[in-house]
Amino acid sequence: MKLRSAISAISLALPLALALPGAADAHRAWLLPSETVLSGDDAWITVDGAISNDLFYPNHHALSPEGIAVERPDGSDGAIENAATGRYRSTFDVHLTQQGTWKIGTARTGAFGRYKLNGEEKRLPRGADASRLDTLIPAGATDVRIREMQSRNEFFVTLGAPTQTVFEPQGTGLEMVPVTHPNDLVSDEDGVFRFLVDGKPAAGIKVTAVLGGSRYRDTPVQLSGTTDAAGEVHLAWPEPGMYWLEAEIEDNHTSVPGATERGLGYVATLEVLAP
Amino acid sequence: MRTTSLFVLTGSATVAATAASPALADTITIDITIPRLAVAEYHRPYVAVWLEGPGGTARTLSVWYDKDKRGGEGRKWLSDMRTWWRKAGRSASIDGVSGATRAPGPQTLSIPASALRGLPAGQYQLCVEAAREVGGREVVKLPVTLGGAKVAKARASGKSELGTIVSTVTP
Repeated sequence: MKLRSAISAISLALPLALALPGAADAHRAWLLPSETVLSGDDAWITVDGAISNDLFYPNHHALSPEGIAVERPDGSDGAIENAATGRYRSTFDVHLTQQGTWKIGTARTGAFGRYKLNGEEKRLPRGADASRLDTLIPAGATDVRIREMQSRNEFFVTLGAPTQTVFEPQGTGLEMVPVTHPNDLVSDEDGVFRFLVDGKPAAGIKVTAVLGGSRYRDTPVQLSGTTDAAGEVHLAWPEPGMYWLEAEIEDNHTSVPGATERGLGYVATLEVLAP
Repeated sequence: MRTTSLFVLTGSATVAATAASPALADTITIDITIPRLAVAEYHRPYVAVWLEGPGGTARTLSVWYDKDKRGGEGRKWLSDMRTWWRKAGRSASIDGVSGATRAPGPQTLSIPASALRGLPAGQYQLCVEAAREVGGREVVKLPVTLGGAKVAKARASGKSELGTIVSTVTP
């Protein structure tokens, strides 16, 4: 697997839901590809990235294109092109030069820390290196609380016939392995997705999908399901469109030294076509 | 009007032959009416014709598109025929079954027995999908039976991008 995991402090590039556990009104980080099912010898897609409440309207913060990884159908690394960041959104292109299914997105790991020193509440600085946490917390600190974070935000596009290589799980954090190919989704067939935590089936996880275009509706179109023992969830799309799929869990299976809790997040943008 | 030549489909069958089924000698004639549309900007539609068998198996019979565009640029829009692209187009070569787009009016497509080679006798959906630049998309399906004893006709009509479609299966 070639999606690089950048160890970094959580920045605005991550869903704020991870930064603020339990915050129900967190903003949504999203990547919006221009299309996901393509034909031809080669093709270009252009992608918007932003953080906002309303899908898919860039009206709050741009999502940094830094750290966006591209995995080509053969598993090798690709690259984004023409990246630019505006006030409310960033944009980049991907030149699809290989037939098959591509994965594009971020896989990030980071940590938040807070502690008390002489009765005063302190936070670890932004940009703190998670592997150096022990040196960043001064002697005499009390009430040390370190929270590890891992999140993915990705989408898939297919030029020509679909392939499976990019679905190979990494075995860390929360991952989605499609049962229904993500570029094979139509509104009259259920989408089936398997979720894994550290490579093992993630049972009992709530998965939510929200349809874009909320500005033109009084009620958001949203559907959700819970994963079964095999980690699989079935979603019956109410209509075609671009969906923002999200799952989050909390546990204490930490890997960052000193961390006592872990927050895992997964986001995918899925295009459901008319049959 | 340009004519489309139809070549023998080779090596791209997605419907597996069953050992028990005898070779079919059926041919299919398909009359497709492309409607004349009073629109400011008209482009001839891309059209795909395919057979769908049980279990979602599919075989492409013909594709009309901007085949002669420089650098294969016409292939960029094949996926606009979304239903065909998903069920058959993206997973098989269309080299032997493709031709140029056709003008509005009645068009006839003759499917030789060789293009149906390997298909077991039985019930199929004959599907015709049209997608037009700055226009719409439509899929029309007709039930057809391969391996029947008599000449069988089926008829269906589109509402927007396709007119009357008549298929004639001749044993």
